[in-house]
Amino acid sequence: MIERPAARGAQPASEFAEQKKTWEKASAKGRRRTGPGSGAVDRTISDLPLKTIYGPEDAPLDLANDLSWPSHYPYTRGIHPNMYRDRLWTMRQFAGFGNAKQTNERYHFLLSQGQHGLSVAFDMPTLMGFDSDAPQARGEVGKCGVAIDSLADMDTLFDGIDMADITTSMTINGPACIALALYVAAAEKKGVPRAKLGGTVQADILKEYIAQKEWIFPPRPHMRLIVDMIRFCRDEMPRWNTISISGYHIREAGSTAAQELAFTLADGFAYVEACVAAGMDVDSFAPRLSFFFNSHIDFFEEICKFRAARRIWACHMRDRYGAKDPRSLQMRFHTQTAGCSATAQQPENNIVRVAYEALAAVLGGTQSLHTNSMDEVLALPSEKAAEIALRTQQVLAYETNVANVVDPLGGSYFIEALTDELERQAEDYFKRIEEYGGVIEAIEAGFFQREIADASYRYQRSLETKDRIVVGVNAFENAEERQDIELLRIGVEMESEQARSVAEVRRNRDQAVAQAALERLKKACADPSDNVMPHLIDCVNAYLTEGEIVEAMAGVYGRYTEKVAF
Amino acid sequence: MARPLRIVIAKAGLDGHDRGAKVIARALRDAGMEVIYTGLFQAPEQIVQTAIQEDADGIGLSILSGAHMTLFPLIVERLKAQGAQDIVFFGGGTIPPEDAEELKRLGVREIFTPGAPLADIIKFVERECGSRRELVG
Repeated sequence: MIERPAARGAQPASEFAEQKKTWEKASAKGRRRTGPGSGAVDRTISDLPLKTIYGPEDAPLDLANDLSWPSHYPYTRGIHPNMYRDRLWTMRQFAGFGNAKQTNERYHFLLSQGQHGLSVAFDMPTLMGFDSDAPQARGEVGKCGVAIDSLADMDTLFDGIDMADITTSMTINGPACIALALYVAAAEKKGVPRAKLGGTVQADILKEYIAQKEWIFPPRPHMRLIVDMIRFCRDEMPRWNTISISGYHIREAGSTAAQELAFTLADGFAYVEACVAAGMDVDSFAPRLSFFFNSHIDFFEEICKFRAARRIWACHMRDRYGAKDPRSLQMRFHTQTAGCSATAQQPENNIVRVAYEALAAVLGGTQSLHTNSMDEVLALPSEKAAEIALRTQQVLAYETNVANVVDPLGGSYFIEALTDELERQAEDYFKRIEEYGGVIEAIEAGFFQREIADASYRYQRSLETKDRIVVGVNAFENAEERQDIELLRIGVEMESEQARSVAEVRRNRDQAVAQAALERLKKACADPSDNVMPHLIDCVNAYLTEGEIVEAMAGVYGRYTEKVAF
Repeated sequence: MARPLRIVIAKAGLDGHDRGAKVIARALRDAGMEVIYTGLFQAPEQIVQTAIQEDADGIGLSILSGAHMTLFPLIVERLKAQGAQDIVFFGGGTIPPEDAEELKRLGVREIFTPGAPLADIIKFVERECGSRRELVG
């Protein structure tokens, strides 16, 4: 046992206040540094004010109500009792490029290297509901993800992969219900029943209008499709996480941390309200909702954002929506490091940025994590870059020991004060959204889009003035730099091959069966008392292509166009 | 005093990443230019049509989806077909250096990649589009 001098620990509280005064005097005499980056020493990257140091008066904690313990309401400290001691986060690297065969090979490589789950990146035509031979698809096929036109492609994508064992996350929103239908159909062809499937489709359409801009139909019919999906999964796919409510793209579009937090949770509440309005009991679907956040470069702000997110969700779910099942209150989320923090200059530096961002996600209690590859600002990840990204997580999990204590920063005056501040700002945003009449109304009024555009412009100006520094971009440039990392290239021949193969699928199917399935789908789309999901599964089993299905649905719902503003 | 420069900022194809395009549009506007932002998902033909109709001095195209080697050349060809090569065509996005070189060889005046200072882009547009304005009046 350490013997401490008796005087220590016996000082009266008044002494502490005296010490603070002395410190304040000393601090006031300090000479602030000048030069690059000095314009922003007292603000986070999101412009939240920062004090020099935080003390007990900054974090007046109500221990039971604000913090509690892991697995206890309001879950600020984590949703599981032992967090990573019992189970590490899932290392889930987002991957997809070229055609289904090429991507399938990458999946086999990633799984052989110790990755736990799959995460499908689709190409732009697939994300927007166009087949590879559509004129709109020119130049985009297989470029920023894998091209999936029909069940034939989905079969190839999961060739040799045990779909009962692996969990799969599919990042797709506009045509999410079609992607889910394809996944179910591909699994059932292999003899894996839908009830055994685990994973998620992103299917968060609200953030598409807000930030990512991959929509197809107008908001209201899209919401109906999501409610149909959630109901279908509740009844038939108990292991499936129905939607992944995403702040990632909101942040990438240039929002602040508080905006990411507030807009994402507001979207989450909007889905809960839509399902409740459709007659579902909140506890029957809420446990399967999941979230997806960005981990940006402002280290502490991100950790606090994750902690605040859990607390806000728990509090609103219990008190506003009357959820009783603890799982309805527990926010589970996936995290990806910030693509927008990576730089094209000195790209190897991105490895370091990704490591810090991954650490923030883990200290914030994420359930799964994607670490970006260093070359993603330039092209799709090369195999080498993808491997380093995965190794970054493994070093974090197995070498640094950060995973062995739950919420290790909890109780820090600074962390608690910043967590509270982010929560307060999110609550302010909820009120403003409410004043518009809700999320859809605020989208239609351009509220989110304006807030994000303003924030991203402010940030860009701070780089111009060098108030903020990005290493290698506006300071510490290397004029001699020659880029010599190897990039992944998708050949142009891929586009015509894929176009040929989708045409062949259309030619070779039973046309009468396909036509009948499509007619039934159109009827279901027009009938709000029906559920589109079983009809979509029939359609993909009849080898209708994604583009054909979307076209038929757009005939009923119309297509969305955005009012342009900058 | 010369009339303000008129610039079309465009998004082509299926790429929804509009953060960069919007930031550039604002920066050029703040620098005193008239900026027409096309909005998302424009066909190359539409973009050239807009530039001609608006009597634009320049077109700035933003692509982050990897389709740059298809969509930039389509606009270059269209500008030629319409006899509108005087319109300064530039762009930016996630474009590897070799591709940027190739695009410049094909007639794209400049390619800016992530991290390019706004001040450089403004200077470029003022210089290049300014010469075009003098030429056509």
